[in-house]
This record gives sequence, C-alpha cells and structure tokens, in this order.
Amino acid sequence: MATPSMFATPRGGRVTWWLLGGLAVVLAAVVGLSLGPAGPTWWRVPLVLLDRLPLLSIDSGVTDAQWNIVWQIRAPRVALAALVGAMLSLAGASYQGVFRNPLVDPYLLGVAAGAGLGATIAFAVNRDATATWPINPVPIAAFIGGVVAVALTYTVGTAFGRSRSATTLVLAGVAVTSLATAVQTFVLQRNNDVVRQVYSWILGRLTSATWGDVRLVLPYIAVSAVTLLLYRRVIDVLRVGDDEARALGVNVSQVRIIVVLAATLGTSAAVAVSGLIGFVGIIVPHAVRLLMGSSNRIVLPLSMFAGAAFLIAADIPGRILTSPSETPIGVVTAFFGAPFFLFLLRVREARQ
Amino acid sequence: MNGLTLRGVRVEYGGCAVVSSVDETLSAGEWLCLIGPNGAGKSSLLRALAGLVDFSGSVQLGGSEICGLSARELARQVAFVPQDPVLPDDMSVTDYVMLGRNPYISTFGRESAHDRDVVAGLITELSLAVYARRMLGTLSGGERQRVVIARALAQEAPVLLLDEPTSALDLGHQQHALELVDRLRRAKNLIVVSAMHDLTLAGLYSDRLLLLHQGVGVARGSAREVLRSETLAEFYGVSARVIHEQDGTVVVVPQRSHGEI
Repeated sequence: MATPSMFATPRGGRVTWWLLGGLAVVLAAVVGLSLGPAGPTWWRVPLVLLDRLPLLSIDSGVTDAQWNIVWQIRAPRVALAALVGAMLSLAGASYQGVFRNPLVDPYLLGVAAGAGLGATIAFAVNRDATATWPINPVPIAAFIGGVVAVALTYTVGTAFGRSRSATTLVLAGVAVTSLATAVQTFVLQRNNDVVRQVYSWILGRLTSATWGDVRLVLPYIAVSAVTLLLYRRVIDVLRVGDDEARALGVNVSQVRIIVVLAATLGTSAAVAVSGLIGFVGIIVPHAVRLLMGSSNRIVLPLSMFAGAAFLIAADIPGRILTSPSETPIGVVTAFFGAPFFLFLLRVREARQ
Repeated sequence: MNGLTLRGVRVEYGGCAVVSSVDETLSAGEWLCLIGPNGAGKSSLLRALAGLVDFSGSVQLGGSEICGLSARELARQVAFVPQDPVLPDDMSVTDYVMLGRNPYISTFGRESAHDRDVVAGLITELSLAVYARRMLGTLSGGERQRVVIARALAQEAPVLLLDEPTSALDLGHQQHALELVDRLRRAKNLIVVSAMHDLTLAGLYSDRLLLLHQGVGVARGSAREVLRSETLAEFYGVSARVIHEQDGTVVVVPQRSHGEI
C-alpha cells in the first residue's frame, strides 16, 4: 500500500548523505594533515598516509622526523578540530530543535560564561600554586564551570517556571550568563596580568592540541553525540510545539532535560580544550538546513559531519596565512563563515 | 467498543475553576459538541481530556481511568487537534502525518512498515495523495485541515478531540471538513468531542450538544432541546432567532438589536 514515492527522503537517499558527510570529513582531514609550516612537502602526506594503511606499501619519501610532525603535531589538532566542530554543531542543532528557535547556540544556557569563569579562575591561581601540577587545570576548571552554570540555569529555570516552559529556562540562562560574566570581570580586575591569556582563551584555539587533549574529551563527546543522535526522531516531533508533541505522546520536559544535559556535557568538554569557538554551532546547522530542509532526523547527523569538516578546514588558514604567528580559529570561523552563510541565504532566496 | 465517561471533571487555573463538575457519558461512534461563549471552558475541558492540563474528577475510557496513563499510552487512546495547530512550513505532508504514529514508535526506533501502511492508507483515504510530498507551507487552509485530521487519525485512537476545527475555513471547506469527520467517525466508530462556535453547524453534525457557561454544563441534549432563543439570550447575551426546519435542522440566525445593547 505504501508507495515508495510517498516516503522517499527529499533530495536523495539517506545513506548517500551519510556517506558524503563522512567523505567530506576524511577529505578535510587529509588536507588538514598535509598543510602547515615545517613538515614534509604537502603532496607527500597523502602518500605517507596510504603507506600507513594496512596491506599498502608506498614509497612516500617522508622521513621519520617529518612523519612525527604530521602525527604528533598536526594529527591531534585535526582530530580535536573534528571533535570540537562536530560537537558544537550537533549541540547547536539539538538546542535549536528542543527550543524551536533557529537562533539559539550551544552557549545559550550559560556554558560559555561558566567555562570562561572557570578558566579565568584557573589562570588567576595558576601562576605559582598550580605550576607544579602534573596536568593543566584550565580545561578541567572550564569544564566544571560550564556544567555548573547550566545546572544552575536548569535548577533556577525549572524552580521558578512551574510550567517548565522553554522561555523561563532561556531567561534563567541569560541571568546565569550575566552573573558568571560579572564574577569573571571581577576576577580579571583583581588579576590584570592574566588578561591576555584569558582573552586568547576566549577567542578559541587548537594550537597546542595534543593526543592527550583528544583522549580527555573523547569520552564526553562520544556519550553526548550518541545520546543526541538517538533522540533525533523525538526532537523532530517537538517541531509541532510542546502541547502537540505532548498530545502525540512525547514526554516533552523529560526529552528537553536529557537533550540539554547531553548537549551541555559535550559542549563543556569541547570548550574546555578549545576555548570559545563561536559561530560554528549556529552556522553549520543552518547551512545544513538551507540545503537539506529542517527535518532534525537529517539535520543532526549531517551537522555533525559538516561541523567536523568545517572546523578542520577553518583551522588551516589560521596556521598558514599569518605564519609563524597564529590567527585564532574563532576569528577564522567568523571571517569565512559569515560570508558563506550570506551566500547560502541568497541561494535559498533565489531558489524560492 | 469502549465508552468515554466523565464524572465531576474539574479544571483549575491558579485556584480558579474554569471547568467544574462536568458529567458526560459517550458511547463509541457518538459525537458530542461543546458550545458556549468565549471563556466558557470548552478548550480547557478538551485539553484536560488530552492530558495537557491537570484535572480532578474521573475520566474513564473503556472502564479504566486515563489519569494514570503515560503521555504515550494516552496518545494511543486520545487524539487531539488544537484550534491553531503548528504546521512547520518545510515539513512534508507524509512526514507530518507520520508524527501521529509517534505513540507506536519506540523512542530510539524508526517507523515500521505497518506505520507506513497506516499513513499511506490515510493519505489516500483523505484524498491527500497528490499532496503527499508537498511541504506544509504550500497548502491552502482546507488542505491543511485535512492533513491535521489525517495526523490525528494516524494515532488510531478511539477518541478524537477537535478544538474549533472549522474556525479558519470558508463555508464550503467547513462543510467538507465536518462531513469528513462525520464519515470517519461512523466508519471507524470514533468518539468525537469537538468545541464549536457555529451553533447551526454544531447542531447539524453532532449527536448531542453540551452548553457550557462559566465552566458548568447548563444545557445538554439534541440541537432542538439546547438551541432555543431564551437559552442563547441567557448564556450568550445574544438576540437570535432559532428556526426549526422541517427536516429537523435547527438554524440559528442572529438578529439586529437596533441599538438596544
């Protein structure tokens, strides 16, 4: 009875898009591994990568020292860019889904301000007290700050808003953000010497990425991403509004808290290692929607792939154009992302 | 088939009762129409039955209380069409109707072949096949109403609640939509509870009317029994002529007050 034409996914099959998304990430990763100051000539890198695959043997002419640059310096950076980009985009798309507002970003409920406060405090006390610590306290403090801020937002938002409406939650997020920013400014005033470090952290960077950073965030991002992807069909039901979704059998407040917590966990982890990379969480899901329509069942996974590819690519100009100094990646994402976004908007208008 | 029984149903907003002590018994295939002026509690009663607002009292479907049901279980028993449904512009008609299958799809699962058959069947039955892949934003008012009804029917619930189903439609489409609901409730033996402002249409299509005033049922029965000039004057504050046609139709025609109001 069900005719295939009635159910075909608009604009191509689902599997094709997953494959294309994966391919885009792989391509971006190969380019990201190939380019950069020092290291082997760029075209030798794809060869040495093939050489490293099992069953393949190619003479790439890359020395061990050069391979070390690729594997120990560039690769963790590419991996971290992929993880952070995927996470911010997926979290952004999920937030936009559960709050039914295309303009919210993953920093909405205070993650950014909380993480910023945590990092600032860590920088401020870092100088002597923590100089001998075996691990860098900044990512941990940022992570804790982000999670605490959102937990506070949620507690306040649901305690005051008996209806548990999304608006109360968002307003609580605004209040918590202001509070955290105020405390952060106060701490900065008292510790003028760390202003530069904090500022550079806020702009976001992947410069000092190590495999250790990747291992640090991978578990959180994996748990978060799997949870969000599992909920993508239910998030799609929320598009008809809280009341109707409830009448269709969705436990709306439960779904919202699970999605918000999962997105917060992943975003906090991403922010902890990369600082505040803006724009990705809004622009990538939007670009995907402009091209593919608004079904969250497609937007969520594709945002994840597109975000990974986008951030790997956005990390490349920063390390080449202004070498040897680096342009913060947050600047690059906005500088290239904004015009691209306007271009997509124009394409959509023209199509209609 | 199962009946729907309401006993002493009461809905409060902030300590203020908007619906109080409503008693009704409906059997399968029966259509009850809630009428009454704005703020009489029609929508609140429907929202209580849909599980969207808390109520006290008892609502039983097939002998068991709906109160303890999860949202998911309730959605299999009661389908609700709000007055002003949200139709995302760039969602396809098929995807939208498929939302009605949500109570049958596990949270992390995807729709089964049976779900697709149900949706395809309804799309064909409601003459929506030519629109199946169209986006909701491109549909006219009448088409949108059919799509929303299709989504509600996809829930395969024995109870269908309609809040002002025809308020956005012109005369012809009002008639089409109500004929459709009437045909479907007979074919599928549905209990229909609707809130309506157009009293003539309400009397024409439903089996029984319940006139609510300040949350209390003040008149109930057939159109002939409920739609009377004195009743309308008392509860609507309106001067209306009620014409009883020979075929049993009751027509309500407002009268100019000539400046008396």
